[in-house]
Amino acid sequence: MSPELLALILDSTLETLYMVGVAALIGTLAGLPLGIFLATSARGELFEAVAVNRVLGVIVNATRSTPFIILVVAIIPFTRLVAGTSIGTTAAIVPLSLAAAPFIARIVEAAVREVDPGLVEASLAMGATPLQIVRKVLIPEALPGLVLGVTLAIVSLLSNSAMVGAVGGGGLGDLGIRYGYQRFMPEVMLMVVIVLIVLVQSVQTLGETLARRVNRRQRQG
Amino acid sequence: MMLHDPAAAPVFFRDLAPAESFPIRAGASSVPAAGVDRPAGGGGASIVLDGVSKIFPARGSDGPVEALKEISLDIPRGEIYGVIGRSGAGKSTLIRAINGLERPSAGEVIVDGVVINRLDERALRAERRKIGMIFQHFNLLSSRTAFENVALPLELLSLPRATIRDKVSGLLELVGLTDKRDRYPVELSGGQKQRVGIARALATDPKVLLSDEATSALDPETTRSILALLGKVNDELGVTIVLITHEMAVIKEICHRVGVIEAGRIIEEGPVSEVFAHPRTATARSFIGSLPGREIPASLAGRLGADPAGASQVVLRLTLTGEAAGQPVVTRLARELGIDIALLGGQIDSIGGAPFALLYVGVPAAAEGRVRAALDAAGAVTEVIGHVA
Repeated sequence: MSPELLALILDSTLETLYMVGVAALIGTLAGLPLGIFLATSARGELFEAVAVNRVLGVIVNATRSTPFIILVVAIIPFTRLVAGTSIGTTAAIVPLSLAAAPFIARIVEAAVREVDPGLVEASLAMGATPLQIVRKVLIPEALPGLVLGVTLAIVSLLSNSAMVGAVGGGGLGDLGIRYGYQRFMPEVMLMVVIVLIVLVQSVQTLGETLARRVNRRQRQG
Repeated sequence: MMLHDPAAAPVFFRDLAPAESFPIRAGASSVPAAGVDRPAGGGGASIVLDGVSKIFPARGSDGPVEALKEISLDIPRGEIYGVIGRSGAGKSTLIRAINGLERPSAGEVIVDGVVINRLDERALRAERRKIGMIFQHFNLLSSRTAFENVALPLELLSLPRATIRDKVSGLLELVGLTDKRDRYPVELSGGQKQRVGIARALATDPKVLLSDEATSALDPETTRSILALLGKVNDELGVTIVLITHEMAVIKEICHRVGVIEAGRIIEEGPVSEVFAHPRTATARSFIGSLPGREIPASLAGRLGADPAGASQVVLRLTLTGEAAGQPVVTRLARELGIDIALLGGQIDSIGGAPFALLYVGVPAAAEGRVRAALDAAGAVTEVIGHVA
């Protein structure tokens, strides 16, 4: 394989990491509070707001049920508003983040719901404020689930990032389609797939190791 | 200082304490001291429930549930008060009303002179720091070590690190877990977890400790050690303790007074020794009957008949309390009446700190009248259980 091609693959890998990294960050920043709120705003809970909970639930589901490629195209005006352009790697971060946030929110919601309600009751009995309970109890206790959830979200972002080539997003998927498929260069396609496999494997391993390390529910050696 | 009512403090303490150490706003929370300058025995608060009712609204196909029905209790400071009842009797709702986790539908809950159920959220949080709580399943944070769990209520108050460290070290020593300070809950036994729970509940120097079935998940031996620790906390810190349980053995072990709750009502109440000796309700009797030695021995039950005709022996149940329990009642009876007495079963124990004996005895049928008269004179409560041929 020529040095030019290798450089191309390296560039595309960096583009993918940039898109996925920033989108994962934004998705987590938005998804974490959203997920915590979804988990704690049902009837009789810490931040009871049944109507808001329902509305947010519907919005989250709507975003999640829209196929990603359609989402990318559908929100082009919004992307232009936020990123100044609808084309390119930076612009691709907008739909990626928008798809990641509700995904992460649902995972956070599930992880927070797993926390023993007895802990919330004990904290209330101590005189904790709802925000203190979120910060000192719910997040630390849900941490292993949160780490695994974000890992899952990053893997799904890697796969989504391959689709933003449709709007000139760049990255590994784009490279694979343009060189590997359209120019019929199977060795590029193979390299793209290998790099993606390595990326997914690394993210997954890293996430699982981290989740195990923060999990104090099981004995550790 | 945790004293909110200077007038309620022991005289010696009131005289010594600098006036400015008392909080200015009544009912406001104060920063708990590090334990060193806390007077022993000055820490209890009284608890009054006045006509407390709680109705849970209808949900789905179920109608509204009346969990508490006009419950009135008066628990003086420093007392250990036990509430015993079956599951669903309302005891959980009752104990949660005391720290405002449940708001009564009617009536008043007054802790240390403060009407708990009229406080707004903010004031209620401050008041809850004066009311510690321990739980059946401990409710410890799995992500925190024993030390960090005990530190949590102090972190919520944003106390300085050094203050927290000193306070927590003292508490871990009190509950005997100094060597387990860096262990996570998963590495601790049930009894150790409950000790952490107790240390955590005591972190803010509460005046009241609520125990929600705290020993129900523990084996009998661990139960005794935890109850002994609660007794020590009551004794040394003067903390008023309210505990709920379904086990009469728990009541017997440490409570001063007991209330029997059924279908949302306190149906019987009194000093533990009195309720044990003279239970008035069937529920109380059945709880007491569940203790070892209280039932009619199985070997005897099969031979008992109700018909006195032709029986050679009559079986009596004697209950001896207070002074009578310390007297040689049975041997004296045998000597003075010149009869033989068969000991068929029973229980001799200390209940609520007072001696207590319950005995099944067989006496000659011919002597029944004289025996009962002599026992009455000796202060025993006598019941005829049946006749044996």
